[in-house]
Amino acid sequence: MNAWNMEDLQDWNQRIVELVQKFGLDPYPQEFEVCDYEGMLSYMVYSGMPSHYPHWSYGKGYEKLKTLYDYGLSGLPYEMVINSNPSIAYLMRDNSLALQILTIAHVYAHSDFFKNNFTFKTTHAGYTIETFKAHANRVRHYIEDPSIGLEKVEAILDAAHALSLQCRRNLAIKKERPEEEKKRKIDEAKPPHDPFGAIHRRSERVEPDLKKIPYHPDEDILLFIRDHNPHLAEWEKDLLTIVHEQAQYFIPQIETKIMNEGWASFWHKRIFEALDPPQRLRLEFIVRHTQVICPTPYGLNPYHVGMKIWEDIEKRWDKGRFGPKYELCPANERDDWDTKTMKGMDKIFMVREVERDSSFLRRFLTEDMVRELKLFEHQIRDNDRIVTRVADEDNWQAIKNTLIQNVGTGTIPVIKVENADYNSNRTLFLKHAHDGRDLQLEYAENTLKYVQRLWGHEVVLETTVNEKPALLCFAGNRLTVKPIE
Amino acid sequence: MDTIFRPYHPSSGQRSDRSAGDRQRHRQKIRETIRQNIPDIIAEESIIGKDGKRVIKVLIRGVKEYRFVYGENAPGVGQGGDGDLQPGQTIGQGKKGAQGQQAGDQPGVDYYETEVNLDELIELMFEDLELPDLERKQLRQIETERQFRQKGHRKKGIRVRLDKRKTARERIKRKKANQIAEEAIEAYDKDGQPIIQEDKLRFPFHEKDLRYHKVVTETRPESNAVVLCIMDSSGSMDTMKKYLARSFFFLLYQFLRTRYQNVEIVFIAHHTEAREVTEEEFFHKGESGGTFISSGYNKALKIINERYHPALWNVYAFHCSDGDNFESDNASALKAARELAQISNLFGYGEIKPLGAGYYGSSMIQYFSQIQESNFLTVQIQRKEDIWPSFKTFLSKDRANKNEVNP
Repeated sequence: MNAWNMEDLQDWNQRIVELVQKFGLDPYPQEFEVCDYEGMLSYMVYSGMPSHYPHWSYGKGYEKLKTLYDYGLSGLPYEMVINSNPSIAYLMRDNSLALQILTIAHVYAHSDFFKNNFTFKTTHAGYTIETFKAHANRVRHYIEDPSIGLEKVEAILDAAHALSLQCRRNLAIKKERPEEEKKRKIDEAKPPHDPFGAIHRRSERVEPDLKKIPYHPDEDILLFIRDHNPHLAEWEKDLLTIVHEQAQYFIPQIETKIMNEGWASFWHKRIFEALDPPQRLRLEFIVRHTQVICPTPYGLNPYHVGMKIWEDIEKRWDKGRFGPKYELCPANERDDWDTKTMKGMDKIFMVREVERDSSFLRRFLTEDMVRELKLFEHQIRDNDRIVTRVADEDNWQAIKNTLIQNVGTGTIPVIKVENADYNSNRTLFLKHAHDGRDLQLEYAENTLKYVQRLWGHEVVLETTVNEKPALLCFAGNRLTVKPIE
Repeated sequence: MDTIFRPYHPSSGQRSDRSAGDRQRHRQKIRETIRQNIPDIIAEESIIGKDGKRVIKVLIRGVKEYRFVYGENAPGVGQGGDGDLQPGQTIGQGKKGAQGQQAGDQPGVDYYETEVNLDELIELMFEDLELPDLERKQLRQIETERQFRQKGHRKKGIRVRLDKRKTARERIKRKKANQIAEEAIEAYDKDGQPIIQEDKLRFPFHEKDLRYHKVVTETRPESNAVVLCIMDSSGSMDTMKKYLARSFFFLLYQFLRTRYQNVEIVFIAHHTEAREVTEEEFFHKGESGGTFISSGYNKALKIINERYHPALWNVYAFHCSDGDNFESDNASALKAARELAQISNLFGYGEIKPLGAGYYGSSMIQYFSQIQESNFLTVQIQRKEDIWPSFKTFLSKDRANKNEVNP
């Protein structure tokens, strides 16, 4: 049943593309490359990029993936698609025709999402492949340079990888240039306009502290170190830039995992149904589709959660189940509410453009959906993972809030550079915006070690440990935890 | 809309192995990890007394990629399989996290099982250790380093040993002998300048020119050395203590075996009486009875006097005991220890006092502090983690160097 040739793929692709256009999806031009199983694993490890700079962590990733697949602990990879223009996707040679059709449809929906969702506007899809190739060439060049070499490059890359995701999250907001930031700092110091200034005593002007760097807390830790550690060599700065740029490229994908996978699953299902394929393909398709969206027990399957919410939005806006009229009506009328507004399609296309996972869930994850998806909250107590809340009337909102904390960049602690000259001895002062979740201390210690390696001086991190504010000071080769009085 | 399909090419299969370099580097990292974990691995009970050729499986922690991540008090959200979960229900082990997406957010612990050869491990461990203060003694017999040295030349050999300079010289000699230059001159032009036939100028190497390095094995005679392993095998040495002592001696034995080809090793077990035992007995047999430490030392002294005269031999003595000596024997033990310290290059006393074990009897370490000889060293071993550090204290090069600086 694996029997297919390139003509089959072309034919089915032709029909899929017609449907894609009919449904109003708007993907990039597409390139499909047929590869084998090992090739697929390699592409997965290097995020699909045809060229990528070398680092041992990718070797580790490969071994891990291969072990998982070889032992059957993880399903075979179906799809790998790059956010680039033209988009590149890989099809596994050994997959059956039904699976190829599913994958092709899935890929077009991803590509549509890449092209239209606002978070991807900063990724410059037209230059993706070239950028990664240029990065790879530069890193290889440094490794081959006899005055630098692998060990030194690795030391910087190890440290930079540890910090790569400590960067600004909303890339749609433009980063201020230093002059703009300085101006803002001075403006902020001015007393606010007082309409009754004539009768009030004028509030005293506080001089802005322009010696304190940064003017405002800075979340781009790698870039901050690059720009403020004068002892870094040019190649070291370049490596920090490369790692930062690559992380920025992937931030939108982290931020829209549920939406993006849900969107692709929603459309591959819709497209396959519209293709009206022969029975033998249909049966296999149903099996594969179910495997993709099957909720993992006690885990969270973004394909499943995303697809269900998209379907729910479509249904609600088709039946006019939104707005104050619907919200305020008695509960018994809600079940049969149908105003035949048929705005579902318009709505989902708009939502795919303007939301990210956190806002998507906040706006569209309803109480009914929390129940239907059987969401629950869990936490570790005494080495066991315990269910703490289940989806009932009192708790669904809390579960939803926890979920929002755990999607996108919500799983990355917010840590900002507060002061580059703390205690007037060039100690780097970082502050963790604690939101009830403590840092994992072993990881924090070792990551601070990397910060110190890059910064070249002591590093201090303010955070909260066991509900008490504390300073994690990393100096020499040791971490000390000092409680803050 | 444009779509391009690129069919599968077997040649792209070669490109698919582009992670090979990164995989290799990762494996190197893992080997480094093994190296760092050697003290733990070597302290494993299962390998003590095992043959060096044995391959052992080692579980090591993978190379971690650190980042700032949330700790254990961060709640997560999952999807209930059957939907009738109750608050308070346990759904899994804390450390591993619930399966699925959530697991990716928690710092995972990667374990790798690697197979290593015991000899390889030991080689890695002993890199910077040696018998300290080895002195030149008369009648050097013991071969320490077996070196391979280039000496002279031969006409047949393997490619890597080809001596290019010598070979080139041979060729020139042959060329001169053949007077090829004259033959190449076919005629002279009208100015009297020779017209040279270029192709006849070519004078290739011939097999007869090739000269290879000759390699000879050279053994360097080193000073004689004997190591006396003295172990307390009395009743108070319980299983744990004996295990610690044997681990220590096992390390010592492996160290000597790999580093010095011909160091003599003497095993002495003592309780109230001492006797010389075989290696097998030393590592595997238990005994009981009271403790006269002096008996072990006196036996050692006797053996030294009979077989290893200090004028000819470097003597190293190591003693492991729980320090639980009979009060009446202390004075004579001290006297014997002092004597032993005077005639040996190094005398090390390791006292085994496991944590949590009943602390009865006094420590011999305090008592032995009266011995002023700089080559007498004491360490205390409480846990198996202490074995490696104490072993290093005895044998590190650093200490040897220090002694040289401050004699």
